[in-house]
Amino acid sequence: MTTATAPPRARRLQVGLLLQRQGALIALVLLVVLGVLRYGDRFATGYNVQSLLADNAKYGLVALGMTFVIMTGGIDLSVGSVVALGGVVAIKVSQHGLVAGLAAGIGVGALVGIVNGWLITRLKLQPFIVTLAMLLAVRGLALNVAHTRAAVASSESNFQKLGDWSAFGLPVAAWAMVLAFVGGAAALHYAPWGRQVLAVGGNVDAARLMGLPVARTTFSVYVLSGALSGCAGVFLGSQNGSVDTAAGQGWELSAIAAVVVGGTLLTGGIGSVLSTLVGVMLLQLIFNLIVFENSKHVLTISSYWESVIRGAFLLVVVLLQVRLIRRRSATGRAA
Amino acid sequence: MTQGAVQTPAADAPSATVRSRARMREQWKGYAQKYGALATLAVLFLYNAVETPHFLTKQSLLFILLRQAAPIAIVAIGMAIVIGTAGIDLSVGSVMAIAGQVGATIVLHDHPVVLAMAAALLVSAVCGFFNGTLVARYGVQPIIATLILFIAGRGIAQLITGGELQPLANPAFQWVGLARPGGVPAQVIIALVVAVVAWLVMRLTVFGRHVLAVGGNETASRLAGVPSARVKLYAYIASATLAGLVGLIAVSANSASDANNTGLGMELDAIAAVAVAGTPLTGGRVTVWGAVVGAVMLKLLQNTLIAHGITKEVAQMIEGVVIVAALYLQRHES
Repeated sequence: MTTATAPPRARRLQVGLLLQRQGALIALVLLVVLGVLRYGDRFATGYNVQSLLADNAKYGLVALGMTFVIMTGGIDLSVGSVVALGGVVAIKVSQHGLVAGLAAGIGVGALVGIVNGWLITRLKLQPFIVTLAMLLAVRGLALNVAHTRAAVASSESNFQKLGDWSAFGLPVAAWAMVLAFVGGAAALHYAPWGRQVLAVGGNVDAARLMGLPVARTTFSVYVLSGALSGCAGVFLGSQNGSVDTAAGQGWELSAIAAVVVGGTLLTGGIGSVLSTLVGVMLLQLIFNLIVFENSKHVLTISSYWESVIRGAFLLVVVLLQVRLIRRRSATGRAA
Repeated sequence: MTQGAVQTPAADAPSATVRSRARMREQWKGYAQKYGALATLAVLFLYNAVETPHFLTKQSLLFILLRQAAPIAIVAIGMAIVIGTAGIDLSVGSVMAIAGQVGATIVLHDHPVVLAMAAALLVSAVCGFFNGTLVARYGVQPIIATLILFIAGRGIAQLITGGELQPLANPAFQWVGLARPGGVPAQVIIALVVAVVAWLVMRLTVFGRHVLAVGGNETASRLAGVPSARVKLYAYIASATLAGLVGLIAVSANSASDANNTGLGMELDAIAAVAVAGTPLTGGRVTVWGAVVGAVMLKLLQNTLIAHGITKEVAQMIEGVVIVAALYLQRHES
């Protein structure tokens, strides 16, 4: 590496870094512009934005928890089942009031997170398999609590209002998501806990030698992921008025996809909370745009294309990341 | 909770009894790792032989237990090889759906059965090539690399027929799922053949040795001249092709190809089967028979619980607990 080649390399690295850090955001902006230009006022209505955000809130909460878990180098496959359990429990408990239902949904999610965290930090089992087993067990528990039927919220309780209420023009669920992400970003950047999460994911041994509470930090991210997934279940239940037996199925993998699209590396140690939000929005916006395209009756896109397009997006992002990592290791500097 | 590491007592002079006890514990752990799943299977089998009426009949053993376990076992064998290279394959369920759709569509257009099967397996192999290329050439993490096809693959399968259910009535095509040569379900025979071939390949061929080397320590194996990229590529192709074969079996057995449901959740069943058999997900070990035993054991566990009046949901919870318990007993100290 001679000094003569360094400046263009550095510039390319900058472009690459920008692509990795902000690539999802750039794509999101492009898609929004496309939506506004092609579908005009109908796309940019307050109603569409509100329903998009309210819908995204559930996926966003799950993906936020997943981001922290992945930052520690772990994975949480149980989140989809926790969404179902949280929703079912919240609906059952909401007979005693909205707050009780909300607390119960979040609480039961946190409980699952405690079990996950305990198995992973205390018994030192692999996160992938532990949370896979919990995916099965928690789904079974949710079905059992719901008596293998869809759990339906009673019309007398004010539980469904949680899905209807809005404040300052946005639904409560959207506010919850925004608050959670702002809080998460603040915790990551300004709280010691956030630094510890990244340190554990970056190099466990180094973190341990530095005297960081590795086990406690790892434990905490699983509890957080469980609680946020439980909260997502509460919003799912209140928005739909019911939680069916297939609720939350496959959410773990869409959450992982959103995290990766956002630019958080699965190896841990690097990541951004707000990019995950962009990743979630991006993957959901694709679906929204397909709906609008079909309503124009010019081009009819089968809804099956949705998953193909999402997969293709994931592919492009991953290949970009790989290029970037290779180039970075080639220039021999850590960003 | 607040203090960091646990205080280790200074073991300056361990007595002979302590040492032999430690050695015995190691030995027990070795047994648990090797034969835990088999022992659980034996216990479940004995329990059913005594407690479940009509368990020890050909109908019950061959046509319920083994017939149900065979597809999972075949996918689990491919998964075990991929896991042996320290990888994972989440796309098997989607590949099953694609293969089933491709095979059924070709046969329903009155093309030869052989062509339909060959095309389905070829498409599956291409899926495996895609996964393997991402992992081996581009260095994408296996979870993410195979997640792409997990997401997109089901959409592709649905697009082939627009998500419509395709009823099948072609005995030649459906041989893999419905025939019973010599009174044994064809899929059980296929699973057995796949297991024997995979076992021989892992034991006797250079590829088998290479898989273990790559999974054990990739850098070291590459320095030793193992073509690690090619080995990984082949492992993903093998896994996807076996998944495609099971996709054909699934649509044949159902007499319909259903892109929405074929292979749904198969990746989890297969990974669980491999994991309960004590294969570490970190790679470096492949037990073909372990994957088979794991698949049969989990299926028998489900069937046992359901046969004794335990609901499917509770059975699922117990299955989760059993997987964690199996992991705990078989955990490898790092």
